[in-house]
Amino acid sequence: MSNKKEYVLEINDLSVSTSGSKILDGLNLSVKKGETHAIMGPNGSGKSTLAKTIAGHTDYEINSGTIKFLGNDLISMPIEERSNLGLFLGFQYPIEIPGLSNTAFLKAAINAQRKYNNLEDIPANEFLLELKSKADQLGLDQSFLSRGVNEGFSGGEKKRNEILQMLMLNPKVSILDETDSGLDIDSMKIVADGVNSTRNKETSTIVITHYERLLNYLEPDYVHVINDGQIIKTGDLTLANELEKKGYEWLTKKK
Amino acid sequence: MEKQQNKEINEFLKKNYEYGFETDIESETLPPGINEDVIRIISEKKKEPEFLLNWRLKAFAHWKKLKAPEWSQLNIDPIDYQSISYFSKPKQDDGPKSLDEVDPKLLETYEKLGIPLHERAKLAGVAVDAVFDSVSVVTTFKDKLAEAGVIFCSFSEAVQDHPELIKKYLGKVVPYRDNYFAALNAAVFSDGTFVYIPKGVRCPMELSTYFRINEAKTGQFERTLIVADEKSYVSYLEGCTAPMRDENQLHAAVVELIALNDAEIKYSTVQNWYPGDEKGKGGIYNFVTKRGDCRGENSKISWTQIETGSAITWKYPSCILRGNNSTGEFHSIALTNNLQQADTGTKMIHLGKNTKSKIISKGISAKSSQNTYRGLVSMSKGASQSRNYTQCDSLLIGNKSGAHTFPSINVNNTSSTLEHEATTSKISDDQLFYCQQRGIDEEDAIGLIVSGFCKEVLNELPMEFAVEARALLQVNLEGAIG
Repeated sequence: MSNKKEYVLEINDLSVSTSGSKILDGLNLSVKKGETHAIMGPNGSGKSTLAKTIAGHTDYEINSGTIKFLGNDLISMPIEERSNLGLFLGFQYPIEIPGLSNTAFLKAAINAQRKYNNLEDIPANEFLLELKSKADQLGLDQSFLSRGVNEGFSGGEKKRNEILQMLMLNPKVSILDETDSGLDIDSMKIVADGVNSTRNKETSTIVITHYERLLNYLEPDYVHVINDGQIIKTGDLTLANELEKKGYEWLTKKK
Repeated sequence: MEKQQNKEINEFLKKNYEYGFETDIESETLPPGINEDVIRIISEKKKEPEFLLNWRLKAFAHWKKLKAPEWSQLNIDPIDYQSISYFSKPKQDDGPKSLDEVDPKLLETYEKLGIPLHERAKLAGVAVDAVFDSVSVVTTFKDKLAEAGVIFCSFSEAVQDHPELIKKYLGKVVPYRDNYFAALNAAVFSDGTFVYIPKGVRCPMELSTYFRINEAKTGQFERTLIVADEKSYVSYLEGCTAPMRDENQLHAAVVELIALNDAEIKYSTVQNWYPGDEKGKGGIYNFVTKRGDCRGENSKISWTQIETGSAITWKYPSCILRGNNSTGEFHSIALTNNLQQADTGTKMIHLGKNTKSKIISKGISAKSSQNTYRGLVSMSKGASQSRNYTQCDSLLIGNKSGAHTFPSINVNNTSSTLEHEATTSKISDDQLFYCQQRGIDEEDAIGLIVSGFCKEVLNELPMEFAVEARALLQVNLEGAIG
């Protein structure tokens, strides 16, 4: 492996429990700048726990291990600081905030990030132009922007809204937790195009998914399989194709 | 998760009241106590005509027979009415003057409160009547308004300059017999604001009164009377603050609105009286009677209130829908924190045919506060084809606060329609986590969630004040879970 500086996320021997039961058990994962990693695995294997733990959800207790994000100790960092440093979590179940417009919410998020970086608030014009162009890119209607955050959105709209937020916040590491679940084929294509548009040498993406279809669009560098709180196998896209055909049993049994 | 967030929210909720300073100004204050002589002195100081003195004395005689009401959902320490001073005014002032003559200390006070009284200042589209303790110290833009025929002045001036209008309309919507505090106010009211919009005039600017209690151990008893003649329109806003003090102070105001045929009055309140400290010490008792009379056909009165301050708030801005096709609206945000108590709501009394009312109430309770919506919708026999829509939403922050809803409905005809919706929700940990994951800290997240909850009401405020109201909600949310 090359120079250590290139790692944006380094997870070492991570063990996590919630409500007394152990979910992650000595998990290791390292992500370099510009890479796309897919994480697959049976239900209850710890995929979402990993995502939420990295984001700092306090329902999850870290028993041991370290997480480094851009060289910083992530575990001691407040949730919002992780975000402001460039960590984005696309929620499996995006949360509704009734009455608060999508636009106002995104503006607050962007300005929080700018404040963290000692920048002035974003000029209203600049913000609105960018928001409109990103919304167009995702096939989201203008009226969508003035609706309450995720309020009454369909499943597909919620997921596209997550991608819209990701595009606007321009993170260094994005974790997308089952962003493809509940999406029809067209929506999945739009979401995949959205994710692909952020892929460059600066951005890294971790995609949690059950389906190979999204991965065929995204062409990840690595495909990992989690079982019982550990990564038990790492491969490339062909591993995802294999899983699609054979399921997980051949892997989990072997273990 | 909850534990950590509780802690953070607590810190957030501990912020201080920004307007708690006191202005060091020499004042002329009557010794505490209430009796006929005190009333005569107040009336004499204000050179009032005899009809007004007699009205005050009748009100006082009636008040003495009354007992303080106990029906509300409030814990109120007994009030010693003999320990309150019923009149206090800055010494130099002898009624409103031009801006040049106003004591610079007073101008500075209002400047600090964000209400610059210079006519060129930032609230250039808003005329302000500034009431300091018991008197109006200045009214801006009077000349410009006079050009349009609009009368906007202190109550005392109106008594001198337009006694016929005062005599015609005073006490007609809220008679002194109405309730305990209305009777007390009628006996001792010191000043307030009078507005008259003539026929066919759309008032060219926002009107507002800014109430400030400064002197210790005084009560503020003001009256506002707004008359909108046929086919006229006015939008009026009141704001209120007071210094931080350990003892409770009483604010017992009366507001009367009268809308004639095809007239519309939009009345907005941003109430931020000192709420007391986090242990419940001090703060204003805000016991106010507000009522609008949609006297004319097709008239409309809408109340919008943002109630964030006061130790205890007790008010029910109401509409009497007398004229056929008249409309009454009530949009309310009541936010309570620490040990604050609010018992507020509205009454919509439908008398005329085809009358409409809408009630949108948003109560937010944090820490150990108690927040009550109390309302009455009454459809009389003659109010055929009338409609009401009521929506009462409560948002709880933390698990020690209380939200209560007491809606009453009386319907005496068969052709009217009523709808009532009510919800109770909490700010969830998931909502906070979602905001924080987008980089927004807990404090701003609570502010955003609350402003989303209040959206429909905030949208009703005049633009000049909507931004301030949002900021005020945020500041007053200090320390929400406890």
